[in-house]
Amino acid sequence: MSARVAVVCFPGSNCEHDVAAALRSLGAEAEIVWHTRSELDGFNAVIVPGGFAHGDYIRPGAIAQFSPVMGPVASAAAKGYPVLGICNGFQVLVETGLLPGALMRNDGLRFLCETVTCEVVSTASVLTSGSTPGETLELPINHYEGNYTCDAETLAQLVERGQIVLRYSDNPNGSTGSVAGVRNEVGNVVGLMPHPERAMEALLGSSDGRGLLAAFVDAATKLAPTHFEAA
Amino acid sequence: MKFSVHVEVRGLPGIADPEGRTIERALPALGFSGVSSVRVGKVIAFDLEAADEGAARVAAEEMCARLLSNPVIQRAEVSIHSS
Repeated sequence: MSARVAVVCFPGSNCEHDVAAALRSLGAEAEIVWHTRSELDGFNAVIVPGGFAHGDYIRPGAIAQFSPVMGPVASAAAKGYPVLGICNGFQVLVETGLLPGALMRNDGLRFLCETVTCEVVSTASVLTSGSTPGETLELPINHYEGNYTCDAETLAQLVERGQIVLRYSDNPNGSTGSVAGVRNEVGNVVGLMPHPERAMEALLGSSDGRGLLAAFVDAATKLAPTHFEAA
Repeated sequence: MKFSVHVEVRGLPGIADPEGRTIERALPALGFSGVSSVRVGKVIAFDLEAADEGAARVAAEEMCARLLSNPVIQRAEVSIHSS
């Protein structure tokens, strides 16, 4: 089966074309879908890309959680289909409650735009199933509110259940537990602040995002494309 | 009745507040001493039509839980005045 990925676009999203291009370079089909869609048909994976959905008003992701498209996105997550949130997409998934925790302003109050080293922690996710635990990846970050925050009890649970997918080698933003990416309990929903879609070509700085998105596409190909709508 | 609602959203105790910390460091540089525990929040004010003050409070608190604040990291305080 081939991968058909819905790339969700809100007013203010700005990474949807990069994500679609990255997916196509891996042989997947990618369709950019507008946030007012209340049904998604014929897809076997969803990516919520980066940007500033709804202008980040109130909090990043706070208004996006009520966009009609989040109904089918939550349905895809519940049915075990691969769902990935990158940067602002990660913020949308935590606000929606599909992933634990919250993302706050960076410690140091600086917008960070740099390439950082991340370490793969759990490989039991649709994003890291092709990686090795402890493997390091060079990935770009580009955010002001990427400081992953959760209480001590949640952090202990994340560690115990292996829900931390990626960790910063040198914490750039104050994230609790140096968390750069987390997964849900099942492993089909992943959110991360770094941008794998911007690390696809060594010529452009790094190709370390390629393996991550290739694993995601591979997970999608194992499931039949289907119809998603709000439960 | 029409009520004027004032919602103050602040970080939960124990959650890092880098903006508050920066202000706290800046004030002594301007000669203001003795300032501590600076916390920065956000105020959201609106008018609300409701049967009575209790109903207005219930509605405002639900708005806080679902949209105006993120309970994972923030606490919202609602005050209500008849306008």
